[in-house]
Amino acid sequence: MIILPEVLLLAALLFCISVAGIFLNRKNVLILLMCIELMLLSVNMNFIAFSHFLGDIHGQVFVFFILTVAAAEAAIGLAILVVMFRNKNTINVDSLDSLKG
Amino acid sequence: MIEQTVFYLFGGILLLSASMVVIMRNPIHAALFLVLSFFASAAIWILLHAEFLAITLVLVYVGAVMVLFLFVVMMLDINQVTVREGFARYLPIGIFVAVLMVIAMGLVVGSDYFMSDTYMAIKSVSPDYSNTKELGITLYTEYLYQFEIAGAILLVAIIAAISLSMSKSKINKSIKPEDQVFVKKHDRLRIIKMQSEKKVL
Repeated sequence: MIILPEVLLLAALLFCISVAGIFLNRKNVLILLMCIELMLLSVNMNFIAFSHFLGDIHGQVFVFFILTVAAAEAAIGLAILVVMFRNKNTINVDSLDSLKG
Repeated sequence: MIEQTVFYLFGGILLLSASMVVIMRNPIHAALFLVLSFFASAAIWILLHAEFLAITLVLVYVGAVMVLFLFVVMMLDINQVTVREGFARYLPIGIFVAVLMVIAMGLVVGSDYFMSDTYMAIKSVSPDYSNTKELGITLYTEYLYQFEIAGAILLVAIIAAISLSMSKSKINKSIKPEDQVFVKKHDRLRIIKMQSEKKVL
């Protein structure tokens, strides 16, 4: 029998791993995109856990929409990445300083 | 009991493969470990009775998004040495932030509130209960408007991705209207003076 805190803790650990990944892979946009996918996955796991333990289907509807938006985000993010590599010949985040911000 | 064992097994696989995504040197290996973590979480979702979303995760993420990731990884010629520099420098702060967040979230999640009876009363379902049917009914009645918007978002994503990554090479002889309106008469027409023909007798 699974209890709710176990699932929530698993999702929290997954989220923290992906936050650490964003800190560690500051140079590689590709890994950053993968870490964002992992973060969305952990959020989805929270939604599904609450949906299961409260017996409420609306949490799963939310996960459905998050999956849709995440797929769109991944497609556009990778397209931007390809354009960036074509123009700058690198995927280093530090080379994105044209705006001098 | 067996349920809990399976949960811990797939949870361990999920955390392990997520860590490998973060620390892997080669982006292809990272993408493949991300596939493994999606599979493991799909298994956990099935344990939590979200069968439709688990299958969707495998089909959409592993089947489409991760293939897109792998495609991009193999298309780009990444210099792995420059991409890796700074990993050791950011390691202490990365681990510090992660541990801090684990402690903070653990305090919230591990509290007695989530152990209360509200979250323990899982309603037992009949054998002919269909998660897909239930989700579909909710999606196409209560959330119909939002569902249409989701479709529109996907369309926008398709158009944006294609227009961003399409190369600007000249593939047809179409005119550019912004250049066309500035055309003057002397750009196109040249009037030359010439002798008229002699009348042949």
